[in-house]
Parts: sequence; structure tokens; C-alpha cells
Amino acid sequence: MLEISRLDVYYGVIRALHSVSLHVGKGEIVTLIGANGAGKSTTLRTVSGLLRPLAGEILFEGEDITDMPPHRRVALGIVQVPEGRRVFPQMSVGENLDLGAYARKDKAGIKQDLERVFSLFPILAERRKQAAGTLSGGQQQMLAIGRALMARPRLLLMDEPSLGLAPLIVKDIFHVIAEIRKQGVTVLLVEQNAHMALSIADRGYVLETGRVTLSGPAKELMANEEVKKAYLGG
Amino acid sequence: MAGSKCQPANLLTGLVFLADWLQQLTIGIVLGSVYALIALGYTMVYGVLRLINFAHGDVYMLGAFFGYFAANALRTAEHPSLWRAAAVFLIAMGLCALVGMTIERFAYRPLRQAPRLTALITAIGVSFLLEYGGQLVFGADPKSFPDVIETKPVVEWEYKGSFLIITNTQVVIVVVAFALMLLLRFIVLHTKIGKAMRAVAQDREAAALMGVNTDAVISFTFALGSALAAAGGILISLYQPSIDPLMGVLPGLKAFVAAVLGGIGNIPGAVLGGLLMGLAETFVIANTLWLPPILMRLGMAKESASGVDISNYADAIAFLILIVVLLVRPSGLLGSVQREKV
Ligand SMILES: Nc1ncnc2c1ncn2[C@@H]1O[C@H](COP(=O)(O)OP(=O)(O)OP(=O)(O)O)[C@@H](O)[C@H]1O
Ligand SMILES: [Mg+2]
Repeated sequence: MLEISRLDVYYGVIRALHSVSLHVGKGEIVTLIGANGAGKSTTLRTVSGLLRPLAGEILFEGEDITDMPPHRRVALGIVQVPEGRRVFPQMSVGENLDLGAYARKDKAGIKQDLERVFSLFPILAERRKQAAGTLSGGQQQMLAIGRALMARPRLLLMDEPSLGLAPLIVKDIFHVIAEIRKQGVTVLLVEQNAHMALSIADRGYVLETGRVTLSGPAKELMANEEVKKAYLGG
Repeated sequence: MAGSKCQPANLLTGLVFLADWLQQLTIGIVLGSVYALIALGYTMVYGVLRLINFAHGDVYMLGAFFGYFAANALRTAEHPSLWRAAAVFLIAMGLCALVGMTIERFAYRPLRQAPRLTALITAIGVSFLLEYGGQLVFGADPKSFPDVIETKPVVEWEYKGSFLIITNTQVVIVVVAFALMLLLRFIVLHTKIGKAMRAVAQDREAAALMGVNTDAVISFTFALGSALAAAGGILISLYQPSIDPLMGVLPGLKAFVAAVLGGIGNIPGAVLGGLLMGLAETFVIANTLWLPPILMRLGMAKESASGVDISNYADAIAFLILIVVLLVRPSGLLGSVQREKV
């Protein structure tokens, strides 16, 4: 479904990605793990079109989207839950969710998806009129995910959804990710919480200072000695 | 006995100036609503781009000129009618919207990733381009704006020797300005593009990730702000019918100050700031008229006191206000206290 090949991305003169290639098959959960500054967010931002690669190409369902502006990628179904949630703080929960459906015109479908989001996260229905900036971190993450679901994603890019959340809420979030996949959405999950990520994913990639150093089925990565040492705390 | 009688008598004599006060209030609101219209453009563009569009005052000037040409072409002076007047506004607002979008597209968009100082300097450059380009094209001499509506008084009131006169033109200015502001409010709060504008203002990247075409939204914001400035340019020309290519400089600066005063990026703040600016300026001008006599009557100034003529400094009040506000409340009256993200 998503095919990234030999991507080079720079911030000014700083090279953040070195010839990164990876692919995500339809219906999979693929995780991208790596330390701080490895280039995980850079990869997702490039897939979403917020960054332009200097070299390499990105194919989505066979179509070359390397030079496509971000909003058109959203229309194709590539939707991101960005790092740090990035909800619109001064807008209500309801307005944030409306914005998720910005690129869509099917009113009935939008209403249906809103119901689905509210059944996934009942707290959002309760807080519908409240400004998003006043929600707790966990609630904001739920809103960020709910907002992305409102776009009816086909490929969901999630950047560290567990970051800064209490363990119990992290568990909830991972349940939701599994649930989202069950509904037929493909997921590319970036995590520092490698254990959680590998336990839910089908396959994984390890990113180190902008390079893919390891990849394979999640189970194999979990058993890999190097991965254990570097990312699984032993 | 004499002292206790004296007190209320002094207060009452203050009312002698009631008509004057109301007159100043009227003029202040008229000017203020035009400043508010211009200030909205500054604040909206700042909201989505964090850029002070210094060419905005010149778009206001262009609005007046487009209105001038439209009014002459439609011969509004010979055949005044509501439809012609509306057409003058729509033509000038439409053309200025195009000008605003063009400025954004060719002057600011290529600098999206550049340091902000670069964009700021470019803005000043565009401003000079419009001012001196305007002199080249329209000529530097003032032109007389044709009558669009026949001015006549709707309120004439004399009270103890002072006068209050409100003209239909003044009423039209305030009504049109506030109608446009209400329309803007509706667009921003209740339409899809308005929601996208607010999203871009709060987090441009996140908005892009929601499928918002951020370039289109920024372009639309320039169009909207420029159309409001054009309306302001025509409205002021109904009132002070002499227009020239540099007429946007001072109102532009004052409206910018008004936007900062209200809290730059904050839409109600721009309206509040604009009105306060108009009132402050008017009352400073009026100061020489009413303050010395009141002081005399209250016994706080001697008969010989002529007061300091500070009406010439009325323009300076704008900048005095800016300095004071920035010192006391850097985020403006209605601005959020949160630090700006860099
Ligand atoms: N806006 C930027 N300007 C310059 N360098 C940047 C910028 N954003 C990221 N970088 C650099 O690019 C590299 C990759 O950053 P990236 O954010 O992709 O890492 P990450 O794997 O997502 O890390 P984290 O786990 O901290 O989120 C880092 O060395 C970082 O310092
Ligand atoms: Mg990151």
C-alpha cells in the first residue's frame, strides 16, 4: 500500500534520513522504532508531505505522491496523528473533529464516523463543547486519534501516541489501535515504547540516526538480542 | 451655605458640554470603525502567517482609488442610488481582494520558509511599491472623491450653545463597517473556510494534516482582509473626500497600532482597538475645545488659561498608546497571554 524507497531528507544542511526504504502492506500494522532523534518523525512528516525529500520516492497504491501537497494526500486517505497530539487548543472538541473531516463531502458518512468516534471515546462526546486545550493529555490524544479517524483514513500514521501518558491510558490507546486495524485501516506506528509497539505490530523497522538498520516480523525483532538491548531494556 | 450650593452647580455646568461630548463620541466612533476595518486585515494576516503586512494600509488606499474610478464610471454623483453605491463597494472590494491575493502569492509566499525579518522587509518594500507606484499611476495630487450619497444631517441638536450634528454619511459609515464586521464574524465562526482559517492560525501544520489546503486559506485570508480595507477606504472617502496615493500611510499605521492594542491575532481585539484608537484620537483633538473651559469652571484653571494646543499631536497619540500598551500588556487588551511559538 505504501512504498518508500531510498528517501533522503534534510533540514537545511543536516541530513535526517539516509536512503530510507520501507513498505507497508494493506491491513498491516507496521512499527518504526528508534531512539530520540533517529528520524522517525521525519519519516512520517515526509510521508504526509510536510517535508519534501531531496531524493527518493513515495508510492501510495502505486501512485507516485512524492511531490503531492499534504492536503491532497489526506484526500487519498493518508492521515497522520502527529507527535505531541497537536489538537487545535482554542477550538472545541466538536470543531476539532469537524476539521478531521475537512476533506470529505459525504455528510451521512461523516455523521456515521462521528458516532463511531464517540463510541470509541465516550469522553469526547461528553466534552464536545469544551475547548481542546483544556483536556488532559490522554483526552487530547484520544481527540487527536478521533480527529484523524474522522478523515476516514486508509493509511493511519501515528507518531508516538503513547508519549507522556499514564500506563493505563497507554493500554487503552493500544487497544484502540488494534480496534482501528480490525476496521480495515492500515497503520504505520512510530513508537519509543518498543515493547508495546512490537507486541501489536505485524512487522517492524529499526531506525538509527536516519538509517534503517534492521527490519522483520515483529516477533523476530522482539527476540533479537540487539533490539532487546537497545530498545526493550535488556 | 454658599459652598454647598456651589458643588452641584459646578457639576451641572459640565453638562453644557454634553452636545460637544456626544459630537466627539460620534466622530470617534466613525473614525474608529474605519480603523477597526483596517485593523482586522492586519490581525487576520498576522494570525495565519505571523507577518505584519505593512502594505495593508496601501491596499486601503487602493480601495479608495478603485472606489473613485468605479463611482466616476457609474456616475454616482449625478445619479445617486443604493445599487450604484453597492456596486462601487463591491467593485473596489473585489479588486482589492485580488490585489491582496497577488501580493501574498508573489511577495510573501516565496518567503514562507525564510526568516521573518526577510518577510517584514519585503512587506515594507511592497508598501513603498504601492505608494510610489500609486503616485506614478494616479498622480501625486489629491483627487476629489465623487459623491456617492448625498450628505445631510439626521440629528441636529443644540444644547446651551454647543452643537451635535450627525450626518447620514456618518451613520452609513458606522452601519456598513459593523455590518461587514458581523459578516466577517459569521465567516470566521460558522463557515468551513472560517474554521480552516482558525485552524491554520492555531497550528498550520496540523491543519495541513487535516486536509486543509493551507496556501488557499492564507490566500483567502488576504482577500478577506484586503476587501475590508477597501471598504474602509471608500467609507473614509465619503467623509473626507480627498484621496491621494499616500493616504494609507497614517491610517495604516494607526490601524496596526489598533490591532496590537487589541491583541494582534485576535479578531474582536482588532475591533476594540480600532474603536479605542478613533476615540482617543478624536478626544485628543477635541481636548483643546472642551478641557480648558471645564477646568476653568471647576476652578482648576484660571480664566486666562488657554490650555496647551495638543491637537497637532493627535497622530502621535497612536504611537504613545502603542508604547504604553507594549510596556504594560505586551499581548494587548484581548490577546492571549501565551507565549508565541517560534
Ligand atoms: N526542524 C528541524 N530542524 C533541524 N533539525 C531537525 C528538525 N527536526 C528534527 N531535526 C533533526 O533531525 C533528526 C531526526 O529528528 P526526528 O524528529 O525525525 O527524530 P525522532 O526519531 O522523531 O525523535 P523523537 O523520538 O525525539 O521524536 C534529529 O537529529 C533532529 O535533531
Ligand atoms: Mg519524533
